[in-house]
Amino acid sequence: MSILLRISAVSKRFRGLVAVDRVSLDVPEHSIFAVIGPNGAGKTTLFNIIAGAFPPDAGTVIFAGQRIDGLSSDQICRRGVGRTFQIVRPFPALSVEDNVLVGALLHRSPTAARAHSHEILRRLDLYARRAQRASELTLPDRKRLELARALATDPKLLLLDEVMAGLRPSEADRLVETLKELNRERGLTILLVEHVMRAVMALATHLLVMHHGATIAEGSPDEVVRNQRVIDSYLGAEAIA
Amino acid sequence: MITSLVEGVRPRTLIGLLVLLMLLLGAPFVAGDYLLTVLILFLYFAYVGQAWNIMMGFAGQLSLGHALYVGLGAYTAAALFVHFGVGPWLGLLAAVPIAAAAGAFVGFLAFRFRIAGVYFAILTIAVAEFARIGFEHLTWTGATAGLFLPVAQYAHNDLWNLRGHPVMFYYVLLGATALAFIACRAMLQSRVGYFWLAIREDEQAARAVGIDTFRYKMIAVMISAGMAAFAGVIYAFYYNNLFPEQVFNISQSILIVLAPFVGGLGTLFGPILGAFVLEMVAESMRVLLQWLGVDLPGTNQLFFGVVLLLVVIALPEGVWPWLRGRIGMEQKP
Repeated sequence: MSILLRISAVSKRFRGLVAVDRVSLDVPEHSIFAVIGPNGAGKTTLFNIIAGAFPPDAGTVIFAGQRIDGLSSDQICRRGVGRTFQIVRPFPALSVEDNVLVGALLHRSPTAARAHSHEILRRLDLYARRAQRASELTLPDRKRLELARALATDPKLLLLDEVMAGLRPSEADRLVETLKELNRERGLTILLVEHVMRAVMALATHLLVMHHGATIAEGSPDEVVRNQRVIDSYLGAEAIA
Repeated sequence: MITSLVEGVRPRTLIGLLVLLMLLLGAPFVAGDYLLTVLILFLYFAYVGQAWNIMMGFAGQLSLGHALYVGLGAYTAAALFVHFGVGPWLGLLAAVPIAAAAGAFVGFLAFRFRIAGVYFAILTIAVAEFARIGFEHLTWTGATAGLFLPVAQYAHNDLWNLRGHPVMFYYVLLGATALAFIACRAMLQSRVGYFWLAIREDEQAARAVGIDTFRYKMIAVMISAGMAAFAGVIYAFYYNNLFPEQVFNISQSILIVLAPFVGGLGTLFGPILGAFVLEMVAESMRVLLQWLGVDLPGTNQLFFGVVLLLVVIALPEGVWPWLRGRIGMEQKP
């Protein structure tokens, strides 16, 4: 399998704090790659480096064969990387449909973009709510809307920042199903930073654990959760019991 | 082309707009000289408010210095006319690019160096003030003594040189207001319009869906400035005199903001309705005071202030979003 995203020895410090310390990872095409770790492990910083919120201090990020570290977030999106925000940020005064339309317009004419948005809205069960203002949606729906808007830009790689947080188990399960479908049917590669282990175990084909800015384990989910360092620093013994 | 313009418009809205256009077309036939002057002011502020609304209402960039673009348009066209005999329509070819370039300058400074929000508004005021002081020292355009266009009695209206009766200015402004309305709707329906709204709503999220926010904000400020310059050309040829102290004064910039603010930020009809409300309220109050025998200077400003306060308190989204719900012209979902 070819590598869609390659991160090589990426570091980032904020003043004295080393948030990310020489992290490397390879995300194969069509995989679902999860990054987990305790709070403050540097997951979101790593995520933001990939999405172009800020450049790394050292190391490279290569997406689809080209370096993207140092590019702005809009350039990275146009290369084919979609993202969601940990704290959802829909365009509040716009309708649900127009939120998705904005994303779809990136590579399409207005007419084609509208058709494309309808398709995505149907897939994410938001079609019936398309005329509502985004600010009127409940949190689970807003999370789906974030996902819909990112999908509308036709990403090859989808970055999900704690998309399960705040969802009830049944809602999280539904979202897991949707993501699996997207991965299976469209070959969408997904990189997620996640705390909800239940969703991670259901989704991920690859798992990487960060602690204090560095990688402590990497591999298939079943291997990683049995890793003694991971259990000590993050999961705790009862998680796999 | 025509069908795409009215696509998605409710028949009711379309009829309403046509009736309004008919009323405005017929108004000069019944209005006296005085009322005509008031209507010209109404259309002037409706038009220039529409231009300002592109920046603030659509793209979310607060400009409090739009007098700069109006003033540059006015001075460019007037100076070309006075010094070289170049007519106003040809003058537009210089006035619009000059104002758009000034907009690009302000935009580049702000967007390149991430000056946003209140600081952006202050920058726009500062550049307008800078222009005022500059023009006060520019002898080629008359400096503080002012720039005067030759005034004579005209036997007939000369549309090519914009010399003639106020009725001509009324129709020119009506045409401009209608065109600006249509142009703004077309922009809102296109990619650029949606990208502006996204930037207005959440700039970081807009970047995350691939929008080059710098580029689209630059487009907004340049179109807005270029449109404002046309209002300046009309201003120059209607009043026939220009003084930096008046043209570039911050109070001019504030007056430009009022109509879209009162009517409804970001709505297409807001600037028109807002300008109408403000002019009509101010004028009826003035007539009322006259009838009561009270003669105070500055009453217009006072009433503008009162209207603004009432709108902020009672209808913070503006008069039009409230009104359109009442008359069944709510936008289609």
